[in-house]
Amino acid sequence: MPLSIILGTLVILTLIGFYMGRSRAVASSSGDIRILHSLPGYYGYFVAIWCGVPALLVAAGWLAFEPQIVQGLLISSLPEDVQKLSDNRLKLVLNDIMNIAAGGIASKKPDPEILKAAEYYNSLKSTGSVALAGVMFALAVAGITYARSKINPDLRARNNVEKFIMVILIASSTIAILTTVGIVFSLLFESLRFFQKVAPVDFLFGLEWSPQTALRSDQVGSTGLFGAVPLFVGTLLISFIAMCVAAPVGLLSAIYMAEYAPYKVRAALKPMLEILAGIPTVVYGFFAALTVAPFFRDLGASGGIMISSESALAAGVVMGIMIIPFVSSIADDVITAVPQAMREGSLGLGATKSETIKRVILPAALPGIVGGLLLAVSRAIGETMIVVMAAGLAAKLSVNPLEAVTTVTVQIVTLLVGDQEFDSAKTLAAFALGLLLFCVTLVLNIIALTVVNKYREQYE
Amino acid sequence: MSETIASDTFALTDISTQKEATAEAVRQSLKKRYSAERRFRFYGVMALVFAFLMLVVLFATIFSNGYSAFVQTMIRIDVKLDAETIDPKGTRDPAVLLRAGYGLLIKQSLRETFPEVRSRRDKKKLYGLVSQLGANDALSDLVLQNPVVIGKTVSIWVPASDDVDMLVKGHISRDVPEKERRVSNKEIAWIDTIKAQDRLKTQFNTNFFTAGDSREPEMAGVWGAAMGSLLTLAVTLLLSFPLGVSAAVYLEESAPKNRWTQIIEVNINNLAAVPSIVFGLLGLAVLLNFMGMPRSAPVVGGIVLALMTLPTVIIAGRAALTSVPPSIREAALGVGASRVQTIFHHVLPLAMPGILTGSIIGMARALGETAPLLMIGMVAFIADIPQGFTDPATVLPVQVYLWADSPERAFVEKTSAAIIVLLVFLVTMNALAVWLRQKFENRW
Repeated sequence: MPLSIILGTLVILTLIGFYMGRSRAVASSSGDIRILHSLPGYYGYFVAIWCGVPALLVAAGWLAFEPQIVQGLLISSLPEDVQKLSDNRLKLVLNDIMNIAAGGIASKKPDPEILKAAEYYNSLKSTGSVALAGVMFALAVAGITYARSKINPDLRARNNVEKFIMVILIASSTIAILTTVGIVFSLLFESLRFFQKVAPVDFLFGLEWSPQTALRSDQVGSTGLFGAVPLFVGTLLISFIAMCVAAPVGLLSAIYMAEYAPYKVRAALKPMLEILAGIPTVVYGFFAALTVAPFFRDLGASGGIMISSESALAAGVVMGIMIIPFVSSIADDVITAVPQAMREGSLGLGATKSETIKRVILPAALPGIVGGLLLAVSRAIGETMIVVMAAGLAAKLSVNPLEAVTTVTVQIVTLLVGDQEFDSAKTLAAFALGLLLFCVTLVLNIIALTVVNKYREQYE
Repeated sequence: MSETIASDTFALTDISTQKEATAEAVRQSLKKRYSAERRFRFYGVMALVFAFLMLVVLFATIFSNGYSAFVQTMIRIDVKLDAETIDPKGTRDPAVLLRAGYGLLIKQSLRETFPEVRSRRDKKKLYGLVSQLGANDALSDLVLQNPVVIGKTVSIWVPASDDVDMLVKGHISRDVPEKERRVSNKEIAWIDTIKAQDRLKTQFNTNFFTAGDSREPEMAGVWGAAMGSLLTLAVTLLLSFPLGVSAAVYLEESAPKNRWTQIIEVNINNLAAVPSIVFGLLGLAVLLNFMGMPRSAPVVGGIVLALMTLPTVIIAGRAALTSVPPSIREAALGVGASRVQTIFHHVLPLAMPGILTGSIIGMARALGETAPLLMIGMVAFIADIPQGFTDPATVLPVQVYLWADSPERAFVEKTSAAIIVLLVFLVTMNALAVWLRQKFENRW
């Protein structure tokens, strides 16, 4: 039975429950609904919750554990000699069975046993879904009956329903925490597996990165080198170039918009910067690879300088353009938050506008601006698509902006895109890099957010 | 005595001359200070001009490269639909008609148009004028719809190959020396002959909007990716909007101010600034490897993007809720509404436009996001249009990335066109957000 039909039926049952609860409440009040504790609708919701929620919980539990249960049953039904196969071989056999069960093609001509297993698998799945439907409907009906029997004018239906709503609200607010916990644990867990294969010292301080793991043990370079320093240097180089573009342009445009521009000009300029902020990063990446990188290469060629067509310069400059609106919007907020009295005091002493800005406003706004710039740096470090499309892959330890360098995010993408077995050092390395990226950006964010908040409090 | 007076007057004149001198110094420095002022102002203007210029260059590059993808060059060929080749047994079975050897017929037709072509290499080039895949599809469609044409000679428009298309559109210049050109002089001569025979036209490229991805640039379309984006965004919206609004309501309206809620708050702010690729790693480790969800599926992409946009929605929701004045709450509580009733009957409806605006902006961000989806396998080559939430799919920005990586010149055009499509979606969403904000904006 398809899931959509099961869920659809459940929705209908819940609706029926709602109307039954409401009419029961009205009936129990013998026509005078003023003697009810809550409005009749709340009795309806009360029954509907009892009908829908337990059944949904069961469905969620089943969906989460179904694959494991069915697979366990399937394996135990297989012949002895198949069960004794190594884990990887067993996985292949299971894959074959599932492919055949889904009506697809197996990797080789199937044995009759495999065919039988596939049939068994299909029957298990259909039994499972029928059983699920049965259990869910039984629960729904039982819920309706139970809740309906509880209805009387004194039942505090509204309080019950509101309690349930509060539970849902609290649960949703913890999702954010769960996400963070999930990120930390998944990264940490895989990174620990990586550090069992490669020593953390080699990873953090190694000077060479060539994550090729060999197919045969006697191959050249079979060990794979996981020294991440070239990646850090590349990331920092590109971020530095990006900040060299974004910091002055973003700050100056924010100053101009906040202090000089007339209201109308400001109203026209702000949306323009917002457009720049709303362009997807993959578009910037394409722009960098198609236009900016060749432009720099040709410029270098005409000046007799050799600039790589995947230079850090092109990626950094385009990344800087991407970050301009980010810097300028934070700086704009910070500058407008500086109290007007400070401006007026300085202007009253005869300082020009630019002197006021340079000697009074910027020093006052400095903590906020620094915080904003730190946030921008953390964005530059974590930015992926521009560098994937415009920066190189070669992990060279170089600070020359005209050469191709690679970054942490580029390596994560190249290591994980494509088919790899999941427990090779190569794939796990991506998680170690991810952990590092997460930690660095987290520290930058925490510092930046604290600084910005402190600053806000100062002038509030 | 007189000496002291004299010295006093001297001191007085000294002060006044000193004042004069200061005034003079200030006056002299004024010029410098004013020019510094003008310079500073000029820097500000230059910064904005730079940003604006980059925006213009970016859009100009994309549009000048991409607009031509909306038309496609077509070539008319006369094909003799030989019954022996198409359906030797005469069964007219659709399965047979679908897989018949139309390629042979097309090649034959091209040979007959240019009988002077003899050598194998030239013939191969000649066959390359039309898109084999596209011509095949066009012929099999024609025959399947109307089997009576078998045995007759039909005149049919088929898509030209990508190189011909590029040449006709002027993306491959004729002035370049032959060795550096992808299209040889011979091929150009053939194309000119075809053109002179009125067998060449450009028409609106419907295929681009209805087809899925393809290895052949002239047959590739964005519909598959757009459908994938739609399915993914649907999942994202269904998850992040209710969860985000509930979390915002709890944190803003009923959470006690204690350590736990403080942790949640800090956590949400930090989560909003975590690099998006980390969410992809989370999806890969937890959703794919631990929970065994299907690779490349919109449902997984949707969940990952929902986790990513959740902080944005929560922050926007909280801002909208705080802007509802307390008097509304007090009035509702005063006439006897419960806290939950106050929130759901009064505060939330008033905050809804703000929440919606924030959510749409969050969705727009999710629509343009690429990096986390690369991690969960939505980067595969998928030619079919996804039909459900678990079908393998790709999304528009990933399609842009995939095409940008392809070496054919024609894919540059397709990439730019796909970006235009993506930008149109984004602009629509942002315009909707702005419209909502202006229509329902409450000034308290």
